[in-house]
Amino acid sequence: MKASSAGWVFAAPALAVIGVFFFLPVAAGLMLSFTDFDIYVLANLHNLRFIGLGNYRHLLETPLFWRALGNTLYFVVVGVPLSMAASLGAALLLNSKLALLRPAFRTALFAPVVTTLVAAAVVWRYLFHARYGLIDYALGAFGVRPIDWLGDPHWAMPAIIVFAVWKNFGYNMVIFLAGLQTIPEDLDEAARIDGASAWQRLRFVTLPSLAPVILLVSILTIAGHFQLFAEPYVMTQGGPLQSTVSVLYFMYDEGFKWWNLGSASAVAFMLFLVMFALTMAQLSLARRGDVR
Amino acid sequence: MRVAASSRRKAMGLIAAAPLSACARPTAGSTKLRFWAMGREGEVVQALLPAFERANPGISVSVQQLPWSAAHEKLLTAFAGDDLPDVGQIGNTWLPEFVALGAVDRLDEAVSASPDIRAGDYFAGIWATNVVGGGLYGIPWYVDTRLLFYRPDLLARAGQGAAPVTWAQWLAAMRAIKAGAGPGQFAALLPLNEYEPLLALALQQSDPLITPEGRGNFRSPGFERALRFYADIFALGLAPVATDSEIANVWSEFGAGRFAFYISGPWNIGEFKRRLPASQQGAWMTAPLPGPGGPGASIAGGSSLVVFNRSRHKAAAWRLIEHLSAPEVQARFHALTGDLPPRRSAWSAPGLAGDIYARAFRDQLERVKPVPKIPEWERIATEMGLVAEEVVRRGLAIDRAAAELDRRADAILEKHRWMLARGRA
Repeated sequence: MKASSAGWVFAAPALAVIGVFFFLPVAAGLMLSFTDFDIYVLANLHNLRFIGLGNYRHLLETPLFWRALGNTLYFVVVGVPLSMAASLGAALLLNSKLALLRPAFRTALFAPVVTTLVAAAVVWRYLFHARYGLIDYALGAFGVRPIDWLGDPHWAMPAIIVFAVWKNFGYNMVIFLAGLQTIPEDLDEAARIDGASAWQRLRFVTLPSLAPVILLVSILTIAGHFQLFAEPYVMTQGGPLQSTVSVLYFMYDEGFKWWNLGSASAVAFMLFLVMFALTMAQLSLARRGDVR
Repeated sequence: MRVAASSRRKAMGLIAAAPLSACARPTAGSTKLRFWAMGREGEVVQALLPAFERANPGISVSVQQLPWSAAHEKLLTAFAGDDLPDVGQIGNTWLPEFVALGAVDRLDEAVSASPDIRAGDYFAGIWATNVVGGGLYGIPWYVDTRLLFYRPDLLARAGQGAAPVTWAQWLAAMRAIKAGAGPGQFAALLPLNEYEPLLALALQQSDPLITPEGRGNFRSPGFERALRFYADIFALGLAPVATDSEIANVWSEFGAGRFAFYISGPWNIGEFKRRLPASQQGAWMTAPLPGPGGPGASIAGGSSLVVFNRSRHKAAAWRLIEHLSAPEVQARFHALTGDLPPRRSAWSAPGLAGDIYARAFRDQLERVKPVPKIPEWERIATEMGLVAEEVVRRGLAIDRAAAELDRRADAILEKHRWMLARGRA
């Protein structure tokens, strides 16, 4: 037996599992997206029609789909940099030799990641409450008039971003922290002896050394943020005025509220295409950066 | 989010956890009926079951309480997974969908054999919501309709007499109130996120909203008249251009006289009684919805009780429906929930007959009309609300709005027409 075929044999069980539980459902989903699977089909399979790209064409003409895509992009464009900045900031603080009680802080900052999202969202809903919320109370001390965070179309998405950043920054923080610890201290020391300021050392020593980790984290975070669902589902139900309907939320409504599974599958593949294109663009940008 | 998939499951888990605690009732008899009910009704119905179980030894009922927000999805998912209960509460506008699925049993024979349930005792419009394609599929449990909550004192101050009965009187009353109102005060509140007020006005017309051929009929003179009247209320500045959430507290604003008319449903009787201070309790009243040329129709909403057709205990399920439909049980149910009974005989109970705020509902219930009985209706109604919002906020012309609605309805109904053409709908 050749070495390569032996390799296939050893990989076969894992491949079979991935095939059955991943590729098969994805292929079925793709097929579904070319049909008009709806409640009539649920009643009787004979009512199924293949409509080719009909679902996709229809989606492109649906204003709410574009609205959902816009809302999701808003969440990604504002949320990802904020989340990464928070993670990096926390990681730098934790990595500092001046910090006291580092393990305790590391645990505390990681805690939101492991709390149940629904429970945390319920608590945050109280914090955001326009009349009794702690956030408006605190802002009131600075003379800010109460904001109806989750009830105002302009503020609902920012509120969700704040919550999502708080909930998730700990995860990336740990990755950044691991990255920071691999940077040899000599580099920092040499720069200091050369008279570099703290900012210069961060900008020209730490960040370049951390670049591969930053790329990895940004890809993971962007992919994660595109899948916004649970936060609006628990906190706003997509409202007010559809300002927090994300692509996944739209898909959920399409699939499980109106039971148009064909159209919902098409949404899923559209989202996949958008994310795939963005990740490719990111990778090629990173590669070009390397060449330079 | 990265964690979205798992946390969605958690979110569902949280929702699913609630019913589990509710069905801890011990098995007493040989037949165990599964009954799904929603929200407050699911909570309160427990109190009505001991009497049923005493009267029917051998049958025990386990209630699963579903939150309204997840009920529709859960029912459909249960159908797909062949896990529907024996009996269920269903919003009566959902019934056509479950009939299309073949998920619910026809009840005509059971009713004709029943000594207690007589169609003639039910309000005709409510009963009609349960008749789909000539068959009866549900028994009304409670009714829900929309009418006017108003401020007689503000009406009197504006020199108006009794509550308006026609659109013309209503418009005149609103203008008079607005003329004497201060800045930031209006004559009416029609929250833009609710399609029901417009739907009620549209149902008052003789034109159907959906044609029998499965096309939108929003360009009919009737719907355009209703939409124009609705839009005029905003264009004349008689109602604030606002959604529910932009009005911080509907009840206190109504009490403070920020608006004199509010189209809402029976649940607000309890809310106004509870939330307005004693000093304002004499200052509000309910009235039937004015119509184009006299008392107008309104929406026949509410919930029905159905027997799911995969049930193996249909006789017991029917007996539970009979129990919950008995006038004295309905009166008790009203006392517990404030839900209005669908049977005329239940209205003679002292709790209801003596309630001055319920009187207008009693009157209105004789004039309620079902919404179009097609599975796609809720989706079309949502579009109707969105297009009406465009008319009010962005000045979309009435005829263009109607054409746009027809276009959207026709697109949504494409499959429905295909089914009709094959004789399957």
